[in-house]
Amino acid sequence: MNMQPARQNQIIKLAILAVGGQGGGVVSDWIVHLAEENGWYAQATSVPGVAQRTGATIYYIEMVPDRGRTPILALMPSPGDVDIVIAAELMEAGRAMMRGLVTPERTTLIASSHRAFAVSEKMVPGNGIADGAAVIETARKTARRFVAADLEAIAQRNGSVISASLFGALAAASVLPFPRESFEATIQSGGKGIKASLRAFHDAFDAARAPVAAAVPPERASDLIQGPPALLDRYRTLIARIDDEMPADSRDMAKRGLAKVVEFQDMAYGEEYLGRLVKIAALDHDLGGDGKGRALTREAAKYMANAMAYDDVIRVARIKTERRRFERVRDEVHVRDEQILKLTEFMHPRLEEVCGMLPTKLGRAIESRPGLFKALDRMVNRGRHVRTDGIFWYTVLYALSGLRRFRRRLLRHEVEQAHLTRWLGEAERVARRNYELGVEVLRCRRLIKGYSDTHTRGLSRYDKVLSALPLLEGREDGAQWLRRLREAALKDENGTALDGALKTVATL
Amino acid sequence: MAERSFAKEVQQLKIGAGEEFRGEGILAITKALLQCGVGYVVGYQGAPISHLMDVLADAQDILGDLGVHFEASASEAAAAAALAASVHYPIRGAATWKSTVGTNVASDALANLSSGGVTGGALIIVGEDYGEGSSIMQERSHSFAMKSQIWLLDPKPNLEAIVKAVEDGFALSEATNTPVMLEVRIRSCHVHGRFIAKDNQRPPMSVADALESPRRDTQRIVLPPASFLHEQEKIKKRWPAAIDFIKTHKLNEMVGPKRGKVGIVLQGGMYNGVIRALQRLGLADLYGTSMVPLYILNVTYPLVDDEFLEFCEDKDAVLVVEEGQPDHLEQAFGHMLHKAGASTRLHGKGYLPMAGEYSGQVMLDGLSGFLRDHAPALLSAKIRLPNAPVAPPDVSHLAQVVPMRPPGFCTGCPERPIFSAMKLVEQELGQHHVAADIGCHLFSIMPPFNIGATTMGYGLGPASASAFNMPAKKRSISIMGDGGFWHNGLASGIGNAVFNKNDGVILVVDNYYSAATGGQDILSSRANNRTRSTKHPITDAVKGVGVNWVRHIDRTYDVQKMRDTLREALTTDEKGPKVIVASSECMLNKQRREKPLIAKAIHDGKRVVKPRFGVDEEVCTGDHACIRLSGCPSLSVKQLDDPLRDDPVASIDQSCVGCGNCGEVADAAVLCPSFYRADVISNPNRLDLFLAKLRQKVIGFLQKRRDAKSLRFLKAGTAQ
Repeated sequence: MNMQPARQNQIIKLAILAVGGQGGGVVSDWIVHLAEENGWYAQATSVPGVAQRTGATIYYIEMVPDRGRTPILALMPSPGDVDIVIAAELMEAGRAMMRGLVTPERTTLIASSHRAFAVSEKMVPGNGIADGAAVIETARKTARRFVAADLEAIAQRNGSVISASLFGALAAASVLPFPRESFEATIQSGGKGIKASLRAFHDAFDAARAPVAAAVPPERASDLIQGPPALLDRYRTLIARIDDEMPADSRDMAKRGLAKVVEFQDMAYGEEYLGRLVKIAALDHDLGGDGKGRALTREAAKYMANAMAYDDVIRVARIKTERRRFERVRDEVHVRDEQILKLTEFMHPRLEEVCGMLPTKLGRAIESRPGLFKALDRMVNRGRHVRTDGIFWYTVLYALSGLRRFRRRLLRHEVEQAHLTRWLGEAERVARRNYELGVEVLRCRRLIKGYSDTHTRGLSRYDKVLSALPLLEGREDGAQWLRRLREAALKDENGTALDGALKTVATL
Repeated sequence: MAERSFAKEVQQLKIGAGEEFRGEGILAITKALLQCGVGYVVGYQGAPISHLMDVLADAQDILGDLGVHFEASASEAAAAAALAASVHYPIRGAATWKSTVGTNVASDALANLSSGGVTGGALIIVGEDYGEGSSIMQERSHSFAMKSQIWLLDPKPNLEAIVKAVEDGFALSEATNTPVMLEVRIRSCHVHGRFIAKDNQRPPMSVADALESPRRDTQRIVLPPASFLHEQEKIKKRWPAAIDFIKTHKLNEMVGPKRGKVGIVLQGGMYNGVIRALQRLGLADLYGTSMVPLYILNVTYPLVDDEFLEFCEDKDAVLVVEEGQPDHLEQAFGHMLHKAGASTRLHGKGYLPMAGEYSGQVMLDGLSGFLRDHAPALLSAKIRLPNAPVAPPDVSHLAQVVPMRPPGFCTGCPERPIFSAMKLVEQELGQHHVAADIGCHLFSIMPPFNIGATTMGYGLGPASASAFNMPAKKRSISIMGDGGFWHNGLASGIGNAVFNKNDGVILVVDNYYSAATGGQDILSSRANNRTRSTKHPITDAVKGVGVNWVRHIDRTYDVQKMRDTLREALTTDEKGPKVIVASSECMLNKQRREKPLIAKAIHDGKRVVKPRFGVDEEVCTGDHACIRLSGCPSLSVKQLDDPLRDDPVASIDQSCVGCGNCGEVADAAVLCPSFYRADVISNPNRLDLFLAKLRQKVIGFLQKRRDAKSLRFLKAGTAQ
């Protein structure tokens, strides 16, 4: 006596999950048009919530062959009752699964694999990016079929928007009983940028049918180096030293580190770096590091390079005036050959930075006179918008970058050197007693970054984390605790998580 | 200029009898109004009926041709009061707004309107903003209808039913001299569907006719003793008339089998959800033919006792499907059954949840629970006694992965720098009590800003800080948008603060539109509007009501100035309210306005400078302080392909509109020198070309000089 459920099953149910502002409405309209043109009855609804521009939004479409009578269709998707889910961003695919809209029995999940990071991911002082691989892995298990490609990149490449590439992937998935030509006709039937949309549609169609590409192996340290032959020779000697004196599994990192410090200062600085590193490698060997993955050497190679190539005015001036920087900007901003690029930098030096650029004695003299410091700061400390494509400011920055020659005699360098020596000494001392903990001390260098206040905050956080060392040195799990403290320090700006973690450590 | 243009779609409003109309629910409502010979339409925008206001605005010429007056009212109260035109005159009028918030604002006028009653049909179209995606408190309009005795229609969520409800609503209103409320839910406003149209009707009497031959009847004016008579008339005359009309015209529907042990009573708006649940239970077909008797209430107030009792007569149990709380319908039905001494068991809340939206799953669970208990024979064995269900795939771990995505400011939003400045002031002077309002600025409550303590209603930001008016070491800050300012904030916020000598700081966010509702024009809009008077500065109004300390910031992106002005307002010795008007155009509207113009100019070979921002990835250290002070969607992060770097660096994507906020913030907060502005000149003129060549020569020379003396490390893939 039951009604024929078969009739109900004729309904194709399709949900689109998008981020507000992505243009999910366009795809929705296209699908309705497509269905109607093919003699189907389609009903679409959405909750656009006019103000909610960047939040997650959902569009829902039901369609059924049109037999002249009005079918009664639902206005919202139900868990376990959706045939096709289109996610215009990877985490929205995750959200669709969390809402139960994706089921192994029936749902084809079509997702763009790109990420539009949520504010909560971006604002973390460390790395707050959510694990996209977990979503992809779950999607493979949860969906009947999972179609994924970076549809955003495809759209951008073709000068179009993601609606067009989503539509292409939908066509490629062959889940709607309509021919590809009909999809194309829908795009052609109206709107702007038809040509670009069609290009994006085609590329997305192909990409959705192609097998998912394997992950690209990480690049090796670059050996593309140019420069005067004499310098190149000296540099090659250093590279040869790395190959001779460093264990194989640390060489790549050491070469990257070397490049960074040489670029920062000069060849002698690179020799200094390598000298220190070779010593640490020897210590590592003595401490039995060979059985522990030689973490001490590798982390030293990495963080020593970062510490030695600190962020000072000279470095910034150099980067801003590099040829390759101009090329990168032209590339990022998509400047065509016939267009002209003007570049304005937002700089805000404080007297601290200026003092850092002065000879040690002079810098210290100013810093130790608060009245003078204040008066001078008032002259210096102001936001400056400078045109680096203009001759005047380019030359100024170029000259500043030329101070590199005197860097070793400047105040900032002395401060940084002192800090470096203390940090390495501490790591060595601790490593002798507790190898893993010593490695973690090296890694704490990650906390120091940024300029001005950010830099000061980083330093104080570094000090705070390392203040727990006396409590941890004797503990076998000391390394894990220091790692936890460091991670907590990178969680929020106010240091709330760190304070909590420090309290816990105090009770150990 | 509204967010969406319906200029093309409104052409469908002209179609005549027999033609098929296809489109969104709101457009169908407009067409229905014209088919009913409406004389005037008024309203206030807000989801889900913003688009209805936009449709009407875009259809002004068509309305004008028919002799219909349309007005975008100053507030819902103003819109409700406008229905006074139907009190003495036989003119059909319609008012529309977002409910329940708009109904709250309108309730004074509504109470007066329904007390005196109407001569011409008065239809109040409320867009019920309830459930998923709603931006307001979850309440029901039903209570308002009951309190003021306004009849409430809740049609099935399809275009035909909604159009019919508009027709029925006017007729019911006229037959009972009572205003009628038509409730449309958010999804039916946006549902795409079809119906067969009728011809548009000119109003038999226009508002101009009424102006020229005025009438009055003291019996219809709310003043004692008439008001006491109105109460009696409501009960003795209008109520029975309504019951009679509803029965005679069969506004409610009974479908499905004539007899049955069980039945379902539902609000019309729940119809598709109920049918879908029945379809999934194998008890209804695609076209809604149901095996369970249904009593569909297209009118949910007043309820018709004998219709309901007749429906229950042979039934053991009846389920009431009524979304939201309190359960007005269920209570009323329980009362009817009790008084009639009936033995039918009444169910509703219990099988269905008391609170929350009746989504597909909720409906399925509720109906199958009810049927399993009271009519198991109807259900197939599979549904009655299902096998152990196949466990759905476990995705619970995703809760740890998938980030929340609350709504926030758009790319380039001019309100972002205001809150960046507030954060900076907070760093200097400590936290303050911040009273927020309704409007886009409310997104400041979310990360990364985390500013704002309360929101008490549209335009009520400053009023909601009025109690904080005692000598203290800190001042309150209250915020309202330009929309809220003109809605009522000038009187309730500014006037109130002047009168009560409030020392607090009031920040008026002026983005040239009522932006949160979709970018409609208001008094202070700077657009040329053919049919409205715009360009009335907020500062003039503020000074006009007696504020002495007024500062106008005409470019919110100037974060330093914004911060300094805020600091001054919080610390000055000046008495009385400190009002800062922060103006910059809503970026969404600006882009919509300018983008086509710029594209055309470039195409025509004109010199165009387009700004965009970027981050030098080598300079950025990945602390993300800039993001914590901005939250711009185009300011994101990217992981560099460099094992020396742990944290992702800031990065600005294609969607950047070059507003400059990130650069200004980096500057004001002394963050870092990573940001740059890239101005791209299309179709450069001769001077541009000459200068570019000269500069390239000098810069190229210096670069070559340096390259000759130092090593250059090229990343793989970037070699020339």
